[in-house]
Amino acid sequence: MVFWISAILIGIGVYGLLTQKNLFKQLISLSIIDTAVNIFIIAVGYVDNGKAPIYSKAVPEFMEGVFVDPLPQALVLTAIVIGVGVLALGASLLVKVNEKHESIDVENMKGVGE
Amino acid sequence: MRRLYAILIAAALVYMLISFISTVPGYGKVDLKERVSDAFLSKSVNAQNAKAWMEGKAIHRQPAKEIYGKKAKEEGSANVVTSIVVNYRSFDTLGEVTVLFTAALGVGLILGGSRRKRYGREANFVLRTSTGILVPLIIMFGAYIFVHGHLTPGGGFPGGTIIAMASLLLYLSDEKFFLSKASTGVLEGSMGGAYVIIGLLGLAIGGYFLYNFLPNGVVGNLVSAGIVPLVYIAIGLKVGAELSGLVTDLHSEKEG
Repeated sequence: MVFWISAILIGIGVYGLLTQKNLFKQLISLSIIDTAVNIFIIAVGYVDNGKAPIYSKAVPEFMEGVFVDPLPQALVLTAIVIGVGVLALGASLLVKVNEKHESIDVENMKGVGE
Repeated sequence: MRRLYAILIAAALVYMLISFISTVPGYGKVDLKERVSDAFLSKSVNAQNAKAWMEGKAIHRQPAKEIYGKKAKEEGSANVVTSIVVNYRSFDTLGEVTVLFTAALGVGLILGGSRRKRYGREANFVLRTSTGILVPLIIMFGAYIFVHGHLTPGGGFPGGTIIAMASLLLYLSDEKFFLSKASTGVLEGSMGGAYVIIGLLGLAIGGYFLYNFLPNGVVGNLVSAGIVPLVYIAIGLKVGAELSGLVTDLHSEKEG
């Protein structure tokens, strides 16, 4: 079920990339694909009724099937940070495009070859 | 017509992904015994036989054992995700911090200016008054998150982001507030340097870059897990300064 949600979100992101003429909407589409991939990786590591992989007074000992898989969560932590970097850099490039061409819509840009 | 083609391409991609999904184990039906994560969870990575592992044989199974409140042999953080991010795969995190630094540097180069961009109107009275109360609390909460990164959910990256949100609140509430690039730059650079220096100390003492050279202590105590809290404090301050600098870049414009 969660896998399907991530697949459908990737489809929505690709559709947005292909149809939208506003560059900011394309950036948001990329961000949606990013989120969908993160959801997929997290879902791969889920164990039924598993708890967050943190030892505490409630869960003091290591046993099979108590915790969810911690490795995908650690990898997604990296992916989220890099997603933030990509989004910030892309948005700042769009600010420059808007200053130079007076629009971020592909069809309304000024000074771009016909 | 173009939208129809786009829908067809997206649907084909979704169909491909869903047919691929049938090859991975079902949602929640994962068996961690077959995965590396079993060794990470039981904190017994050193006990694994690397040669058998590379030949594709099953990894060395670990019996149930008590971990919380006991003296740690291999790794001492109660949060297993933190133990992977800052201990087992710490070099990977150093690269991640570098990527974030490069992105912040790029934003600074593209947007950087020396003057504060004004909103052109005074902030609301409620916002101005509540900022004075909230900012210290937000910074304290961010510091709590990254100091307790090895015990509770969270860590350096979320804690740093929370601290950066405090500076965003200051920008929104005060037209004249402007962080100097020198202050955030010095904090960011010194904390990034501290991470590398901790790694080099490990190289000098233990023979490996980012070797955990401090005692592990008791799992669940605040002072435990060796260098993990130190590295997470460095990452938290660095990410906080970096994202505050990013917010500053977004609020600055060039002269004239």
